[in-house]
Amino acid sequence: METLPTSIRYVRTEESPTTAPPVSTGGAMGWLKVNLFATPRDTVLTIVTFLFLLWIIPPIIDWAFISAVWTGESRDACIGPGTGACWAFVEAKFGQFIYGRYPIEERWRVNLSGLLLIAGLVPIAIPSVPYKRENALYLLVVFPVLAFILLTGQFGLEPVETPLWGGLLVTLVVAIVGIVVSFPLGILLALGRRSEMPIVKMFSVIFIEFWRGVPLITVLFMSSVMLPLFLPDGVTFDKLLRALIGVALFSSAYMAEVIRGGLQAIPKGQYEAANAMALTFWQGTRLVIMPQALKLVIPGIVNTFIGLFKDTSLVLIIGLFDLLGIVQQNMNDPNWISPATPATGFVFAAFVFFIFCFGMSRYSAYMERRLDTGHKR
Amino acid sequence: MAHQEGVVADADDSGRVSLMNDPKARGLVFQVLLIIFVLFLVYSGVTNAIDNLARAGIASGLGFFGERAGFDIGQSFIPYTNDSTYLRAFFVGLLNTMVVAIIGIFFATIIGFIVGLARLSKNYLVQKFATVYVETLRNIPLLLQLLFWYKAVLSILPSPRQVGLEPGAEVVFSLNNRGLYMPRIVPEAGASLILYAVIIAIVAWVFIGRWARKRQMATGQQFPVFLTGLGLIIVLPLLAYLVTGMPLSLEYASLQGFNMVDGWVVQPEFMALLLGLSLYTASFIAEIVRAGILAVSHGQSEAAFALGIRPNLTSRLVIVPQAMRVIIPPLTSQYLNLTKNSSLAVAIGYPDLVSIFGGTVLNQTGQAVEVISITMLVYLTLSLLTSAFMNWFNSSVALVER
Repeated sequence: METLPTSIRYVRTEESPTTAPPVSTGGAMGWLKVNLFATPRDTVLTIVTFLFLLWIIPPIIDWAFISAVWTGESRDACIGPGTGACWAFVEAKFGQFIYGRYPIEERWRVNLSGLLLIAGLVPIAIPSVPYKRENALYLLVVFPVLAFILLTGQFGLEPVETPLWGGLLVTLVVAIVGIVVSFPLGILLALGRRSEMPIVKMFSVIFIEFWRGVPLITVLFMSSVMLPLFLPDGVTFDKLLRALIGVALFSSAYMAEVIRGGLQAIPKGQYEAANAMALTFWQGTRLVIMPQALKLVIPGIVNTFIGLFKDTSLVLIIGLFDLLGIVQQNMNDPNWISPATPATGFVFAAFVFFIFCFGMSRYSAYMERRLDTGHKR
Repeated sequence: MAHQEGVVADADDSGRVSLMNDPKARGLVFQVLLIIFVLFLVYSGVTNAIDNLARAGIASGLGFFGERAGFDIGQSFIPYTNDSTYLRAFFVGLLNTMVVAIIGIFFATIIGFIVGLARLSKNYLVQKFATVYVETLRNIPLLLQLLFWYKAVLSILPSPRQVGLEPGAEVVFSLNNRGLYMPRIVPEAGASLILYAVIIAIVAWVFIGRWARKRQMATGQQFPVFLTGLGLIIVLPLLAYLVTGMPLSLEYASLQGFNMVDGWVVQPEFMALLLGLSLYTASFIAEIVRAGILAVSHGQSEAAFALGIRPNLTSRLVIVPQAMRVIIPPLTSQYLNLTKNSSLAVAIGYPDLVSIFGGTVLNQTGQAVEVISITMLVYLTLSLLTSAFMNWFNSSVALVER
């Protein structure tokens, strides 16, 4: 190796300075440094967000709790300047928000139906509880019949006309009927869309794409205004039933697409294995394909149900009183009109919807995690 | 599917399959039955409808389109009076729907991308805030949100007088219960040149971009396309404005008596609808964006860093193009949802297609079949057009495989 000229030779004469120890990431200060003030940009973002929160949160807390009116008999309690939420309104109207104008002495029937529903839902939602098939049968067949008998009033029970139904009751009835009807219909449509028979396939595709391409509100208009025209003279449905037909057709198209996703995820070998076992198409579908496909799409089904649950609020546009509809109707009660009433009512309704939808979405996320592990290799 | 009719059983000695179990024959019979069933449904529906309409004395056909509408519409982008025809009212509604859908998509995309990125931020406060935003808005029905904005926020705003507007005084910016008031830009003679300047600037931007890319491919040299384009789009119209002798003037809103006149007004119904639609859809878009970015594997950014590409360029050249492929298909369905959801305008009285056509026109003419079919057809067409456009866009960013 050639020696370098002395002029560019570098010999360090003193020790290089020691680098500073790394920034502590432990303790409260360390946490702040890592999570809030890591870079100058982060610092700016933190301060801006903090100021924004400082701007919106105290007024919300003040409105909802500090200046809120908790008790009162009428609008007089809420009319004063600077009052926040009028919770007295919700308190006074709570029964209506849940049952609508369902006769007070008959409300136990609604409660009983609710309990029957919970009795079916809880065990099916917990994966470790056995008898899933029987449980699903109960929810899809037995419970609807029982609830129908209880709510409408058959077999000697006092009949209650559907115009008297309202509030959360109608919301749940529309959502549950929608999901219960759309489930088998969706399975048939999904199978039809994957069928080799050209006409079956064509009808399924047209049906699915049509309902998915139009807004629910036009479907509801259709079922409430146009449907009666297509029925023979003398045949009439009540308003709730017409809305239910619209919702069921609409959601079955969405359900079909969810289930089709599950069918597509089943490897071809499963179909071939079913054929090799000499199972007929329907046997193979029932015993081999569907159990696997449906298990895969449980999160998708729950998400469809969440969407349907939120969409039930649209029935107020065709004059049914679901939770949102009845809240809105009660806002105009002259006894309770005040500047704070609308916001209070909407926040209450939003809270109820949020509890249901958030709960279901957490459940769907939980199932997704649970099902995910089984397919990781 | 070969397994359609699964099994070929019951073969007799000759090896022929009995007709009962021949998949083809069964399929044929089933399909013929299906066609007969559907035809029967259609036939009975149509005959019933004809009977019912005749009994109710309701006209049929599309003749009503030429008749005088006779009602007023609060917001119209084309000239419309109550003397106009139903056809014109239809187009007013259609245009209103499309305007709110397009502006809504614009805002929802921007907010959605910001929130989606914020959910991935390492900043604790920003990330939690974005999470709360998404979880809250996603789980509350859109109709409730629209009614909330309209009835609980915008309707209880103070009136113009309470806001402190002086009668007759020029209003620069005012938000009151009549809407959002801003000055309107009034073009005078020669103003069209400014518009042309903007168009020329955009075209030039596109061409410069192409040229710069070609040059970079050939020589490796970069060109500041964005800054040049931005400069063009500011300078060219400004030049046109000065050359033509400043042909734009502002028309201010003012309070006359109890009403606001002139100026540029965004009506409360429109504002509520736009707020509701964009904030609600943004929460879904945020989740899509987050999932898309998480779908790009960590190795991609590590590889980019290993090549010495700086973080900003890494996200622009490596992460985003790959994430976009995952993002675009679900984003399309969100755009379609927003367009369909704009029909909820009927609940707060924004004159969109459903509210004008499925509401007022239906009530006046009583021709439910025609009116509702047309409304549904319009939405179907809009859906198909949007998905066709997004499919085209998707194929232009899709992975080109060898």
